[in-house]
Amino acid sequence: MHNLTIAELVTGLQSKEFSSVELTQHFLARIAKLDANYNALITVTADQALKAAAAADERLAAGNAPALCGVPILHKDIFCTNGVRTSCGSKMLDNFIPPYNATVVENFEQAGAVVLGKTNMDEFAMGSSNETSFYGPVKNPWASDSVPGGSSGGSAAAVAARLAPGATATDTGGSIRQPAALCGITGLKPTYGRVSRWGMIAFASSLDQGGPMARTAEDCALLLNCMASYDDKDSTCIDREVPDYSATLGDSVKGLKIGVPREYFSEGLDPDTEKAVRAALAEYAAQGAELVEISLPNTGLSVPAYYVIAPAEASTNLTRFDGVRYGYRCEDPKDLNDLYTRTRAEGFGDEVKHRILIGTYCLSAGYYDAYYGKAQQVRQLIQQDFEKAFEQVDVIMGPTTPSPAFKFGSKGDDPVAMYLEDIYTVATNLAGLPGMSVPCGMVDNKPVGLQIIGNYFDEARMLNIAHQYQQATKWHSLAPEGIA
Amino acid sequence: MSHSGWETVIGLEVHVQLATKTKIFSGASTAFGAEANTQACAIDLAMPGTLPVLNKQAVHYAVMFGLAIDAEIGKESAFERKNYFYPDSPKGYQTTQLEKPIVGRGNVEITLADGRTKNVRIHHAHLEEDAGKSLHEGDFRHGVSGIDLNRAGTPLIEIVSEPDMSNAEEAIAFAKRLHSIVTSIGICDGEMSQGSMRFDVNVSVRPTGTTELGTRTETKNLNSYKFMEEAIAKEVERQIDLIEDGGIIKQETRLYNGDTKVARSMRSKEEANDYRYFPCPDLLPVIVSDETIAELRRNLPELPDARQARFIEQYGLSHYDAGVIGSDAAMAAFFEIAAEKSGNAKLTANWTMGELAARLNSQDLSISKSPVSAEQLGGLVARIADDSISGKMAKQVFEGMWAGEGSADEIIEARGLKQVSDSGALEQMVVDVLTANQAMVDDYISSDEAKRKKKLGGFMGKIMQASKGQANPQQVNQILAQKLNELL
Repeated sequence: MHNLTIAELVTGLQSKEFSSVELTQHFLARIAKLDANYNALITVTADQALKAAAAADERLAAGNAPALCGVPILHKDIFCTNGVRTSCGSKMLDNFIPPYNATVVENFEQAGAVVLGKTNMDEFAMGSSNETSFYGPVKNPWASDSVPGGSSGGSAAAVAARLAPGATATDTGGSIRQPAALCGITGLKPTYGRVSRWGMIAFASSLDQGGPMARTAEDCALLLNCMASYDDKDSTCIDREVPDYSATLGDSVKGLKIGVPREYFSEGLDPDTEKAVRAALAEYAAQGAELVEISLPNTGLSVPAYYVIAPAEASTNLTRFDGVRYGYRCEDPKDLNDLYTRTRAEGFGDEVKHRILIGTYCLSAGYYDAYYGKAQQVRQLIQQDFEKAFEQVDVIMGPTTPSPAFKFGSKGDDPVAMYLEDIYTVATNLAGLPGMSVPCGMVDNKPVGLQIIGNYFDEARMLNIAHQYQQATKWHSLAPEGIA
Repeated sequence: MSHSGWETVIGLEVHVQLATKTKIFSGASTAFGAEANTQACAIDLAMPGTLPVLNKQAVHYAVMFGLAIDAEIGKESAFERKNYFYPDSPKGYQTTQLEKPIVGRGNVEITLADGRTKNVRIHHAHLEEDAGKSLHEGDFRHGVSGIDLNRAGTPLIEIVSEPDMSNAEEAIAFAKRLHSIVTSIGICDGEMSQGSMRFDVNVSVRPTGTTELGTRTETKNLNSYKFMEEAIAKEVERQIDLIEDGGIIKQETRLYNGDTKVARSMRSKEEANDYRYFPCPDLLPVIVSDETIAELRRNLPELPDARQARFIEQYGLSHYDAGVIGSDAAMAAFFEIAAEKSGNAKLTANWTMGELAARLNSQDLSISKSPVSAEQLGGLVARIADDSISGKMAKQVFEGMWAGEGSADEIIEARGLKQVSDSGALEQMVVDVLTANQAMVDDYISSDEAKRKKKLGGFMGKIMQASKGQANPQQVNQILAQKLNELL
């Protein structure tokens, strides 16, 4: 059952081939048996899942079941779940049980999905390797000595290891696409404002966006149908009709103009990864798409701009973790200052502290204009690059990451090397554009991803394009050794 | 205390709590006085993942204030985060406006005691959220500090004036004028004792006749006119003494304790936080359309100036009375209802500003909490105006109304206070008293003109006593004079 796609599971559940309880028990058993190898989950919610599955089976029997009724999924531990610990991968929130659901969680509950648990992640979503989690690193199911990517590494590894058919994730600078690429699955970061941020613990508010992870584009479409909604609790959520993302999957890509940015195929890109991406582009050409070389001249500025803006926002978003109202509190604080200092020194990990310091510095009097002000200007330039490109082409394609999954600790001492992991992904967050990653080949027995960047609210088209590729290729259906 | 050779420059920053039902970024109630932390929701507690949603009513109230002072309205204003750690600031930042406030430059005209008027320029007014309250020793459990977040997120406008005031009188006139404006347009309840308006006073001094501004200090969070006056006087004196002794004024933030009358430095400029302002990414720019502005302008309640002019015109009040009653929205509304009921505006004004105001003041009550309703006061004034009761009796009736004994008519009836104005009955009463006090009458007759006048009081006393105070004194006076004259 664990090799079935969500689309196949929906059919199986509705035709009573198997029940949601059977399905849920199957996945819970897999998690119990296998997750020790991956560390993909922080919390398993077996009891709640079985109850939800039983309720789903009743609805399925009654014949009025909603879209994802009875389908088991996982939530990244950044989405608040009512009554279930939501840690954000941090010691700071190790004891935090929210009294409310994130809108995304609520949407899946309404759609009848069964939540198996919460997935591991880089602490406060800050990281590209899942090494910053308080709960320990997640291992890549394709190579246990390699990272799964981050920050949504737990979701990506769980889907790749068939511990769940789909999972939610978030992407601030590549945190959906990069782990999806490194774990050989499909992941979509929607347009900023497409998915509600209510109840999604903030890293960098102007960049954070929730999105789905699954093995296929077709499954991502099913998940996004449920995930995307207008939410008046999030002022930056955009009130725009949610199309049926499944409806247009079958459209042809004939005549599609694909922009291939010169800057995404330059120094730093692993040659074998480039080969895989070029092969994917050739497949599109074979299907009748037109490849157009384009330029996104400010690409090189995107990582520096991102690593000013994201930490700046994070430094103030994380001020609330002060030990006063919830979360970790240091023992026996002597006074207020001691409470703040020790709570935060003990509750946050190094990468989080690192970014809070960078962000605080960038916003400080006398530095604001040189850093934050400048970065905002760069953000405008990057947005203009994309606007110009989309006057010429329908979508943009390139590699998701410069290389396949790297080994644990290999970038530990060099934050800049780690930050360059995001070189192809951060620009879309700065521009607010949707981006996705689709498995497109294997390098050294590890998956690599093709990145598809669409224009604003073009998710349906992107999913369609990815689906057409997956109809013609098998990369998405490969399973790590010992999984199938 | 005079400080010849020095002049004072004062600017005010005024925090006005907006009278919205819910908070500026959450749906929690803003009602005052609830049990601690019962009006703080997940957003107010800054729980992880929660997000602010701007209260439209707060925006409208801010725009209304802008319209009331004839200011530029920021059609696109923006919120910023002001970052600092403090337990009563749950997010670790205050959401406020800096670069693009919702209200731009405007003007407020103040009238001083001698009738002079002066214009105070408003630099801008911006929207922001209030903080919670820290409860320290004495407010809370022994040895523990507590936090009450009920107030956290209450919408405020902060009104920033130019340094256009030269003494405490002007500063207080300005503060009172703002109070009058915000209560008149209904955007603030004006309850100063509950912190609905709080004043930060910027004070500097300079040699008379010079134009360069001296170094200023800011005394924060004064919540009464009296404390403002005291704090300004103390600070002006401190600065002049310091400079005259060869010292230098340091730019600093100060506190004044109105109960102990002690002023002290809170932090110097060097110790001030770097607030790291930056645009709040959780909120979109606030766009106010021309249509909204036009509609708010059309529906803007009567402003104090217009109301004062109307009171002079419509009710024939003096400038002074119209100024006092017309500047206080609640008192003005009270007066209008009472005057309607009484049919005598001038007398209603006297009672409103006199007996009622004094009584409210003595018990520290606002007019909206008056135990005597406007209808009741009007009913009382009506009985005075139609001579049913004397002024003296009216005070007794007023006491009865204050004690909750009912309407004027009910109390007059119950206490048997009706004034006797029947001239036949009064004449009989006078004759009876004169007959019963023949010795006094003889004495009166034998006295000279000057002494007789003084002796009239004795007869009046006896007659009023005989009537149990109910005789109409003017009429008795007349009849008595006439009867005694007849005996001469």
